[in-house]
Amino acid sequence: MLPDSLKENAIAASLETADPSLLLGGNTEHNEITLDVVPEKILEALRLLKGQRFERLSTVTVVDRYPMEPRFEVVYHLQSVSRNLYVRLKCRVSGETPEIDSATAVYASANWYEREVWDLFGVVFKNHPNLTRIMMPDFWEGHPLRRDYPVHGHKYSYQNE
Amino acid sequence: MSETLTPTADTEKTAHTRRMILNMGPQHPSTHGVLRVLLELEGETVLKCTPDIGFLHTGIEKQCEALNWQQVITLTDRVDYLANLSNNLCYSLAVEKLLEMEIPPKAQWMRVLLCELTRINSHLVWLGTHALDIGAMTVFFLCFREREDILRIFEMFSGQRLMTSYIRVGGLALDPPRGWEKRVKTFMSTLPSRVDEYESLLNTNPIWLKRTKGVGRLPVDEMLEIGMSGPCIRAAGIPMDARKMMPYSSYDKFNFDVPTSTDNDVYARYAVRVAEIRESIKIVNQAMAGMPEGPVQASAPKVVLPDREKMKTQMESLIYHFKIVTEGFSVPAGEVFQVIESPRGELGYYVVSDGTAKPLRVHMRTPSFGNLQALPNLIEDRMIADSIAIMGSLDFVLGDCDR
Repeated sequence: MLPDSLKENAIAASLETADPSLLLGGNTEHNEITLDVVPEKILEALRLLKGQRFERLSTVTVVDRYPMEPRFEVVYHLQSVSRNLYVRLKCRVSGETPEIDSATAVYASANWYEREVWDLFGVVFKNHPNLTRIMMPDFWEGHPLRRDYPVHGHKYSYQNE
Repeated sequence: MSETLTPTADTEKTAHTRRMILNMGPQHPSTHGVLRVLLELEGETVLKCTPDIGFLHTGIEKQCEALNWQQVITLTDRVDYLANLSNNLCYSLAVEKLLEMEIPPKAQWMRVLLCELTRINSHLVWLGTHALDIGAMTVFFLCFREREDILRIFEMFSGQRLMTSYIRVGGLALDPPRGWEKRVKTFMSTLPSRVDEYESLLNTNPIWLKRTKGVGRLPVDEMLEIGMSGPCIRAAGIPMDARKMMPYSSYDKFNFDVPTSTDNDVYARYAVRVAEIRESIKIVNQAMAGMPEGPVQASAPKVVLPDREKMKTQMESLIYHFKIVTEGFSVPAGEVFQVIESPRGELGYYVVSDGTAKPLRVHMRTPSFGNLQALPNLIEDRMIADSIAIMGSLDFVLGDCDR
């Protein structure tokens, strides 16, 4: 269900008409459009928006709200250059190895962003062409940007050398 | 950091066609930092290109979560070490949006002036090193001569040549130093003729033209799809510039053009960047001429450190000072994605607050990461010598890419 603040928003309304079970909510705080999308339907949402001249996927990232559940918010920022507009999509996923469909099928630029997210947060992107670590070395254990991963004092500390 | 040197199954099968895997970097001079590229070659043609990044990953986003809001500024300097002030500005704008804070006009104009100087600085380093890669050595010395002047100006403002941390949440760190106008004016009066000098060395140079014209083309749709931004996309004919599209920090009050080209090759990227230096000179001159009077920090006692004199004489200021220094300030819960135009392209800070004195998440959408992802598309099926020119034309900074 859409909150009142989004009912007049053309983008949210068009997604709602295309598939009434697509959106969970959203807001327009700070003049930025945020849409909460059902995680299983993220590809559908991305395809619909790409059809509405959102040519670019600017970035994909995750916010870890540990210890809250669902813990991970996968955040997509889409840009329409021709309409001069940004929109933020959000999917909430949980679990030790959360899963979500890879956006690479819709936007090629998602490739590295999703690798980065997998590397640093451990969110698995299904059907990703090459889901390997991109920032950390291959032998690394754990996903450093998770909130329950320590800032200092991890296994490979170099402080005492 | 996961690419290996084992030949692909495909390569083994066709070993008799003399395919070779060439490891370029991470210390190759033309990779501008520590980028490693695996090239699969047949003769001099690149069949497959696999960039390997992450050598400069320093966990900046993780560290941001452990510092308080104002301290993060020092980390934003270190993201893109050629555009420190742009990063300072983007982060500050994002936090100020969350705080719903008004920035006085003088601070906004100073920010514009400094960011344009940063753009000139970054483009000069790019031009020098890019020309050096292609074999035009003199340009490098000339560009670094002017860059030194800009770094001295930064040092005058902030005491630092590179890690300035001069733009802070709430305005600027300090009042502009005495005599800065004269310094900037002198530099700005010499720069246009210096830019002519660079152009005179390159625009008619037959080697330069042969190596850059018609090289590194990619369809515009593909460029957008793969996430490119900045001068590369403007050289492909799309006037995508956050300064015009979503003006921040009173950029809408300045009169400037967004240079574009439709050639979409390495030369066009060079031409666009040189034209951008000239536009930046225009903006800096306008900012000098119309600089408003007034304070350079917002009147927000809970965020901005009080005046030293007041802190010593007034109880209230002393309390605020103590609070800011010991625990920082808290930011209302919310999230903001602030986009600015850094010298390399679309720079976005996605800042999430949970209402405490430390950020919950600071994600940097850096232009180098987005542009570098297009490297395989640009290089594959082209000559290996062109790959150097193409890499240079992307103008990536690995610190910006790996964070």
